[in-house]
Amino acid sequence: MQTHKAKRVEITIEKVMQSRLTDALQGAGVTGYTILPVFGGSGRSGAWDRTGQVSRAEGMVQVVCIIKPDRMDALLDAAFAVVERHIGVVCVTDCEVLRAERF
Amino acid sequence: MTEIFALAAENLISPIVLSFALGLGAALARSDLSVPEAAAKALSIYLLFAIGFKGGVSVADHGVDAKLGLTLLAGVILSALLPLLAFFLLQVLTRMDRLNAAAVAGHYGSISIVTFVAATSVLESRGIASEGYMVAVAAAMEAPAILSALWLISRGEQSGRMDAGLWREILLNGSIVLLVGAFVIGWVTGPEGLAEIDSFIVAPFKGVLCLFLLDMGLVAGRGMQKGRGALGLGAVAFGILMPILGSFAGLAAALVLGLSTGGTVLLMVLAASASYIAVPAAMRVALPEANPSIYLTLSLGVTFPFNLTLGIPLYVAIARAATGG
Repeated sequence: MQTHKAKRVEITIEKVMQSRLTDALQGAGVTGYTILPVFGGSGRSGAWDRTGQVSRAEGMVQVVCIIKPDRMDALLDAAFAVVERHIGVVCVTDCEVLRAERF
Repeated sequence: MTEIFALAAENLISPIVLSFALGLGAALARSDLSVPEAAAKALSIYLLFAIGFKGGVSVADHGVDAKLGLTLLAGVILSALLPLLAFFLLQVLTRMDRLNAAAVAGHYGSISIVTFVAATSVLESRGIASEGYMVAVAAAMEAPAILSALWLISRGEQSGRMDAGLWREILLNGSIVLLVGAFVIGWVTGPEGLAEIDSFIVAPFKGVLCLFLLDMGLVAGRGMQKGRGALGLGAVAFGILMPILGSFAGLAAALVLGLSTGGTVLLMVLAASASYIAVPAAMRVALPEANPSIYLTLSLGVTFPFNLTLGIPLYVAIARAATGG
C-alpha cells in the first residue's frame, strides 16, 4: 500500500497550557491534533502523577499532531512561543501515513 | 484559654478532622488508598452546590442589607492586602527569592473553599449563625490576591504574564461559577426551594464532607512527601504564623463591619486560609518559573491541616470572645 512521509510532533505540557498550545497550533495551520492524558512521570522538575491532585496546576497532557514535513517550522515556532517558559517536552519523529491529503 | 483548648480537643475528635487524619496518615504510611479522580470531583461539586445554595437561602430568609456590599468590599481589600503582609513575613522568616515569595504570597491572599466549608460545618454543629452572603465574599476573595502577587513581582526585575484567557479562567473557574450560581439559585428559590431538596443537600452534607476530607488528607499527605526538602523551618513557621495574622486582619474587618459571631469566624477563616486550587493554576500560567513544590506544599501541606485542626477552633474562640457571642 502507498504510504507518505510525515512528521509526528508530541508536546508534553502542563494542563493549564493546553488550550493556549492548541490555539497556537491552529493559528499555525495545524488542522488536527490529539490530546492524551498523561498519568505521571519524572524529570528535571521532579516526579509527579495524576492521582490525588486537587489542582489543575499539577496535571500534564500530551498533544500529538501529524503534519507534512514542509509545515514543521511554522508548527515548532508556534509551539515554542507557548512552551518556552514552561515545564514540558517537545519531540519530533518521522512517520508515514496512508492518506496524505488529511495532514 | 481553657475554652480554646476545649474547642480544639472537641474539634480534633470530630468525624471531619478524623477523616482528614485518616487520609493524611494513609498517605504518609504509603498506603495505596485513593479516592478516584472523578469521585473526588463529584464530591467537591456537591459540597460547593450545597454550601452556595444554603448561603443563598439564608440571604433570602434574612434579607439583604448594606453590610453585604461592605463585607464584599472588605473581602476584596483583605485579599489584595494580605499578600503584602505575607511577602514581608516571608522575607523576614525565610531566604526565599522574590519570585517564589510573591507566588506564595498570592496564595495567602486568596482562600481555601474547603476550609470555609469545614468552618461552616463547625458553626452549624455549634448552633452559631452566620451571614449567608459570606459565600459570595469567599468567591470575591479568590482573585485580587493574584494581582497583588503579580504587582510584587513587577517591582523586581521579572514580570508575570497575564492574558485575557487567564482572566477568564480565574474569574470564571468552575468552583466560583458553581458557588455563585448555587448561591443565586438558593437566593431566588428561598426556604421553599430548600424544603424541596433539603434531604439531598442538608442531611448528607457532613458525611460527604468527611469523604472529601479523607481525599484531601491523602492529597495533603502525598504533597508533603513530594515537597519534603522544599521547605525550611522558616517557611513552615510562616505557614502557621501567616494564617493566625490573617485571621486577626479578618477579625478587625469583621468587628468594623459589625458581623455576627459566625460571620466573624468565617471572615477570619477566609483571611487565614490559603488557596491550593485557583491560585496555583494561575501561577503556573503567569509565573511558570516559580516553584510549585514550595507554594503547594505550604498551602496544602502546612496551612490547610493547621487551619482544619487547630485554626478553626482557635478562630471560633477568639470570635466569640471578641463579639461576645
